[in-house]
Amino acid sequence: MSASSDVGYHAQRQARWHFGEIAFWLIVLACGFAFPTRYLIMTDILRLALFTMSLDLILGYAGIVSLGHAAFFGVGAYAAGLLALHGIIKEPVLALVASGLAAMVLGFATSFLVIRGVDLTRLMVTLGIALLLEALAERFSNITGGSDGLQGVEMQPIFGEIPFDMFGKAGFFYSLAVLFLLFLFARRVVHSPFGLSLRAIKNNPLRAAAIGIPVNRRLIAIYTLAAFYAGIAGALFTQTTAIASLDVFAFERSADLMLVLVIGGTGYLYGGLIGAVVFRMLQELFSTITPQYWQFWIGLVLVVIVLIGRQRLHRWVLYVPNLIIKQVAGRKAVVAVPESDA
Amino acid sequence: MTAILTNLFDGVAYGMLLFVLACGLAVTLGLMNFVNLAHGAFAMAGGYICMVLVNRMGWSFFAALPLAFVSAAAIGIALERTLYRHLYARSHLDQVLFTIGLTFMSVAAVDYIQGSSRVFINLPAALQGQLDLFGVGIGRYRLMIIVICGLLTIALQMVLAKTRFGSRLRAAVDDPRAASGLGINVPQVFALTFAFGCGLAGLGGALSAEILGLDPYFPLKFMIYFLIVVTVGGSSSITGPFLASLLLGIGDVAGKYYVPKMGPFVIYTMMIVILIWRPNGLFGRTAAR
Repeated sequence: MSASSDVGYHAQRQARWHFGEIAFWLIVLACGFAFPTRYLIMTDILRLALFTMSLDLILGYAGIVSLGHAAFFGVGAYAAGLLALHGIIKEPVLALVASGLAAMVLGFATSFLVIRGVDLTRLMVTLGIALLLEALAERFSNITGGSDGLQGVEMQPIFGEIPFDMFGKAGFFYSLAVLFLLFLFARRVVHSPFGLSLRAIKNNPLRAAAIGIPVNRRLIAIYTLAAFYAGIAGALFTQTTAIASLDVFAFERSADLMLVLVIGGTGYLYGGLIGAVVFRMLQELFSTITPQYWQFWIGLVLVVIVLIGRQRLHRWVLYVPNLIIKQVAGRKAVVAVPESDA
Repeated sequence: MTAILTNLFDGVAYGMLLFVLACGLAVTLGLMNFVNLAHGAFAMAGGYICMVLVNRMGWSFFAALPLAFVSAAAIGIALERTLYRHLYARSHLDQVLFTIGLTFMSVAAVDYIQGSSRVFINLPAALQGQLDLFGVGIGRYRLMIIVICGLLTIALQMVLAKTRFGSRLRAAVDDPRAASGLGINVPQVFALTFAFGCGLAGLGGALSAEILGLDPYFPLKFMIYFLIVVTVGGSSSITGPFLASLLLGIGDVAGKYYVPKMGPFVIYTMMIVILIWRPNGLFGRTAAR
């Protein structure tokens, strides 16, 4: 087998749906029916998962470190809130797409700033953009409601048929559907030649440019797409909680997001989903132990993860599953985190 | 006219304070290319230690300032030897995650020990009130800050330019590999400088309680300011961050005074524009490696 067909073969094998993936989504769907009292927290997890997937697209696949991803989340959240509040687009799904597009426009505009410079400049610029938007939202308090946030957002029924109920059931399945659709699209994107070229850029931009990949254009494209995803996550936040406040832009949100992604692992899309579940569970655990100081423990988790090393941690987690697969199926492990190093 | 001068004066005091707070970070970023977002935590530690000494134990403010420096430096070197040094070779993402974690821990820990409200340090009477100089109102406390920080800056410049340690440090900044090849113990130089930078941050934290406000969220609130000073100023010399601090201080004070509604907007826009225009900093020579 020649080298190029070999690469193609492996890329195709990677892209194929595995049994584990189907099982994963079935379990998620089953959770919706199994825990009818926990819709609110589960919706929260789905939102976080979508938001994290967006960061994974740029961090895990393109290697752009962002400290201000909350900017797009916030734009999506406020866009959805304003659209619903002023009755511009009443139908939630259309409003969702419109909010995502608003974030996407911002993403496209700022991507030119972000692709310039090295890691440190990127960190600063992304952080600066998020802070700038927070300052703007505070400044134009007549539009955004200032520190009180947008209140009294009333959502119309989805497609004019399914109303949002107070237990959050509709909200949960709505979020799940959105997450799944966007996941399918992201999966398609990252396994396409486009996605493979992104990985090449992440591993070595210079070499990627040398084999003819238009580095900057690819980075702009993925950054814009990630902004769209984050905007959708923000819009879902507003639509399912009926509020949008200044803290959607907060630095803590961007920082927590990185933690979620790091817990889940970067560069295989499921990291966001798994990380979101683990993170929320950790958060619940810590806030039952020390309601006011859970941030300390979150910080400790971050420090420990980094000190142990993310790759080593993932190897430990996967040790037992891989052992079982080896024993039962008698073949080499299939469960592996590809390129967990970002 | 006098309002402009008073603003200018306040801006200079503010900028000098920022310089003392942030110049340690310039070394961390410039010398080891280490993204230390937890720098503000050392400043906060110094501030709180000074507060405890002055308010609870009845020390004089001037005696507590050196101790704030020493204790922040001690914390700095302890953390550097135990934790930080393992991360120098890691990716920027790891460094960011690690230092954000440290920042979160410091915020929650200080909140737990001292409460979440803003704290004030009891100042001696000699530092309160204003002097009237040719009709320009000059705060005594700010005057003291300018004097202290000005002297520190000159001292730093002298140490860097004239002493053996200074030339080792400059050599290590310029090319760590060649420097260690010449027999300079680069990790040791860095550890000492890191500790000194943390000490300066601690001193700055103690001085800033009056002007910037000291509460557990200090490291998060001012993180961006420190980063601005370093990225805009570049890390190749001490003059870069110094000028950047002054620019930032004057810009921020003037912005808050003349366009209060735009608030932090002015600063962030300035920063983004400068970073786009000169990605390596306004006064930087080379890219961060």
